[in-house]
Amino acid sequence: METDVLVGLGRLAARLRGPHACLVDARRLSGGASLETWAFDIDAAGEPDRLILRRRAFPKVDPTGFQSVNLAGEAALLRAAAAAGAPVPPLIHLCDEADGLGEAHVTSRIDGETLGRRIVTDPAYESVRPGLARQCGEIMARIHGAPPPPGIGLAVEDAPVVLDRYERLYRAIGPERPILELAFRHLRVNAPDPVAPVLVHGDFRNGNLIIDPGVGVAAVLDWEMAHLGDPAEDLGWICVNSWRFGRPDRPVGGFGDYAELMAGYEQGGGPAIPLGRVRYWQAMGSLMWAVICMRMYDSWASGLTNSVERPMIGRRVSEAEIDLINLFEAGL
Amino acid sequence: MITHPTAEQLARAVGAWIDEIRPQLDERNAFLARVAANAVALIGRELAQGAEIEAAAADRFAKLLGFTGGYEELSAELCARLRAGVYGVQTPGLLAALKASALDQLAIDQPNYKHEAL
Repeated sequence: METDVLVGLGRLAARLRGPHACLVDARRLSGGASLETWAFDIDAAGEPDRLILRRRAFPKVDPTGFQSVNLAGEAALLRAAAAAGAPVPPLIHLCDEADGLGEAHVTSRIDGETLGRRIVTDPAYESVRPGLARQCGEIMARIHGAPPPPGIGLAVEDAPVVLDRYERLYRAIGPERPILELAFRHLRVNAPDPVAPVLVHGDFRNGNLIIDPGVGVAAVLDWEMAHLGDPAEDLGWICVNSWRFGRPDRPVGGFGDYAELMAGYEQGGGPAIPLGRVRYWQAMGSLMWAVICMRMYDSWASGLTNSVERPMIGRRVSEAEIDLINLFEAGL
Repeated sequence: MITHPTAEQLARAVGAWIDEIRPQLDERNAFLARVAANAVALIGRELAQGAEIEAAAADRFAKLLGFTGGYEELSAELCARLRAGVYGVQTPGLLAALKASALDQLAIDQPNYKHEAL
C-alpha cells in the first residue's frame, strides 16, 4: 500500500509540474485511522513545492453516525473557506482516477504547530497566544458567512437533531449513566431558539488548527464534520474543557477567554451571540465527547479494533461528566 | 488470597516495567506503551478505591431516592427518574451528589485532569 502511494505521488509530480518534476521527499504523518496524511515535496527546477496529500485508506465508517463529507466535499469547503477569507491550506489538486490514489486531494503545506498541548504551554507561542481566541472568533465569523458549497451533501443539524443522534448512539451502547441522562434531558428542555442554519466547521478546536509562532492561526484543518447548523456550535465546541490541555482557566482552547472569542466573532462580521448560547453548545460538546468516548470503548469491545488506546478512551467519560456537572452548577 | 503480592502491587510492577522499556520503542509503540502504563495505574487505583467509591455513590443515591439497595439498582432508578424529568438540576442535593460521585470516579480514571471548577 505504501509503495502504491509513493508511485502515485511520483506520477502526480509529473502531472502537476511537468515531466521533469520529481518527488523528493515523501513521508506519512501519523494521523487518523481511515484518513492518511502524507507530506511530500515536488522538485521542478527552483523552489520545491511543499505539499500535503490527504487520502482515504479505508472506507469511511463514521463512529457517530454523522453524514460527514468526503474528500471532494472537503476540497470544495477549502475553496469556499478561502474565498470567504478564512485561513486554510490552499487546494492544489483534487485527485481523480488517473492519479491512482483513490479518494484524495493535495494542498500546500502550511508550517506551524498543531499539537494542542504545545500551543497552550510552549514559550514559542507566548507572543501569539493572547490573540488566538480573537482570531478564532474572526475566522468562525468568516466561515459562517460563507455561501455553503452546493452538491456535497452537507447535513443540516440543530440542537434537537444532534441530541437525537447522540442519544440513539448512547442507548445503543447500553450502560446508563446518571449525569448523561441528566444532560440529555436538560439540554433537550433548554434547547435554544432555532436560527437560520449557516455553514459551520463542526470540529473547530485546538488540535485542528495550525498555529504559526509569528502570525497565530495559519490554517483551519479537518473539514469532514462541516454541516449546516447553529453558529454557536463552533463557538461552544472550541470551549469544551477536554481540549483546554490543562488550562481550564482559559476557556477558549486553553489559550483565551470567551470575551475575546466573541469580540473576534463580531469583528469578523458575525452577529452578537449570547454567552449562554455558547455555554449551551459547550455542554453539548462535552455530552457529544462522552458518547464518542463510549463509542471508542465499544469499537474495542465489539472486536472492531484491538488497540489498548480505545478502551482507555472509554474512561474519559468521567472527564466529560465532571465538566457537565460544573456547567450545570454554574447555572446552565 | 495471596496478599504478598497484592493485585495492586502487581499492577505497579507491570507499570514500572512498561516505563522501563518505553524509551526503546518506536513512536507509535511508545505512545501505546504510555497508554498501557496509564491503564495499569488506573487498575491499581480502582483496586484500592473502587469498592469504597461505589459504596459512597450508593449511599448518596439512596438518600436522593429515599430507599436503600445495591449500586446497580439505585443507579438504574436514578437514571430512570432523570430520563423522565422527575429529577433535574433543581432537585435538592442532586448536583452535589452527582458531583461527589463524578469526582471520585475521576480520581480513579484521570487524577490529573483539570476541570473547570478547580
